Amino acid sequence: MAQMHEPPPASLLQSWAIQRRVIGALLMREVITRYGRHNIGFLWLFVEPMIFTIGVTLLWTATKAVHGSDLPISAFALTGYSSVLVWRNMPSRLVGSIEPNLSLMYHRNVKVIDIFSARLLLEAVGVGISFLILTLFFAAVGWIKLPEDPLKVVLGWVMLVWFGSSLGMFLGALSNRSELIDKFWHPMAYLLFPLSGAAFLVESLPAEFRQWILYLPMVHGVECVRDGFFGSYFTPYYDLGYMALCNLGLSLFALAEIRRASRNLVPA
Amino acid sequence: MIQLQNVGKAYETRRGPRWVFRNVDLTIGRGEKIGILGRNGAGKSTLIRVISGIEQTNEGRIVSDMSISWPLAFSGAFQQSLTGADNVRFICRVYNKDIPDIIALVDEFAELGAYMNEPIRSYSAGMRARLGFGVSLAVDFDCFLIDEIVAVGDARFQQKCHDELFVKRRDRSMIIVSHNDGYIREHCDRAGVLAQNTLTNFADMDEAYAFYKAHERE
Repeated sequence: MAQMHEPPPASLLQSWAIQRRVIGALLMREVITRYGRHNIGFLWLFVEPMIFTIGVTLLWTATKAVHGSDLPISAFALTGYSSVLVWRNMPSRLVGSIEPNLSLMYHRNVKVIDIFSARLLLEAVGVGISFLILTLFFAAVGWIKLPEDPLKVVLGWVMLVWFGSSLGMFLGALSNRSELIDKFWHPMAYLLFPLSGAAFLVESLPAEFRQWILYLPMVHGVECVRDGFFGSYFTPYYDLGYMALCNLGLSLFALAEIRRASRNLVPA
Repeated sequence: MIQLQNVGKAYETRRGPRWVFRNVDLTIGRGEKIGILGRNGAGKSTLIRVISGIEQTNEGRIVSDMSISWPLAFSGAFQQSLTGADNVRFICRVYNKDIPDIIALVDEFAELGAYMNEPIRSYSAGMRARLGFGVSLAVDFDCFLIDEIVAVGDARFQQKCHDELFVKRRDRSMIIVSHNDGYIREHCDRAGVLAQNTLTNFADMDEAYAFYKAHERE
């Protein structure tokens, strides 16, 4: 049977300490390689998603693209686009991320899952801070009201981050096996965007279409975030139990695929 | 002690798995220096990589209670677009070492001067080797894996490596792979020979060499 390298006997606590150290080192390295030390440096981490979100919010607000109702359109755009950034950017950052980092595996403590974790953490923090700052900023200038139920917002957000992470890790590990993943992920992400619930409320869909769209896990997350923001303006449709089940399934597939990828790694 | 128990490594090829070696048993005690002889393609580097944990075994297991280096004089563990100092910082964080200490040590050994703060991609092969070697020495391990070190650098650099490894770090374990038996004779207590897809251990250096010679042409 194939057997993994056995490290010197380490307690769970020690392993956790090593893992944390390695992920910390990878984070620093990632920040320097991605953003360098020029102009605003690592601030790009959340300025970039902020620019995207502001642009989309302005566009949607100006065209009132979605509903003619009294729906708070800026809050609608902010929650929608920030949610898209979570589930779309995480996989995009992880697809094809093993190959360029192969040389790091020369350090025995650095594992595929550490490289993934560092990138996911960076992505989650970047998009999260962008979402938070924009919420406070838009509220301060009076474009939106502060969330009615912040806890629901956080809950929905965490579920979206879990979804994005597990999907990302699954596709990231799979992309090491076949480059087709890289080819298919981008069109798939593009096609999923209009279906993801970012640009519509489930309530506004015809009833027969509603049940189909609710098979997509991220729709539940977006609806939950919006329920927390302006739940009194519409009837949210979501089932976090269903979403958790999907996330759990994806996470298991992701871990299995990471294990498989790690076993076959040949650092150049 | 590091113990390889019945270790095998295979690579997938289009015609199914191809075993580089199988049934490899090897025990390295603290402070012991072991040479591994083998001709080109015998699997020396693969064995070193498996021991260092870069690649996983397909069968058998490796048990160890010592810290094991990455293959020395290998400089692939660096990110080309980052500076030498940034790379050293990353390694310090991974191995939990004090950053200023290690940078000072590496600087002293590698003599890169201002190039410490330039991207690795602007380095010459010699500079890269010096940095790689310097970092592995500075981080310090219980067991050093040495892959064809004789091939790297000029005479002065080799002398320096020799002093650092075999004089100052006499008490460490070392696994040295080479096709050059002279180098192994000079530095090792005993040797193994990689041939016929497995490792044969010898207590006596002359026996090992005779066996190596006999299988050289296979």
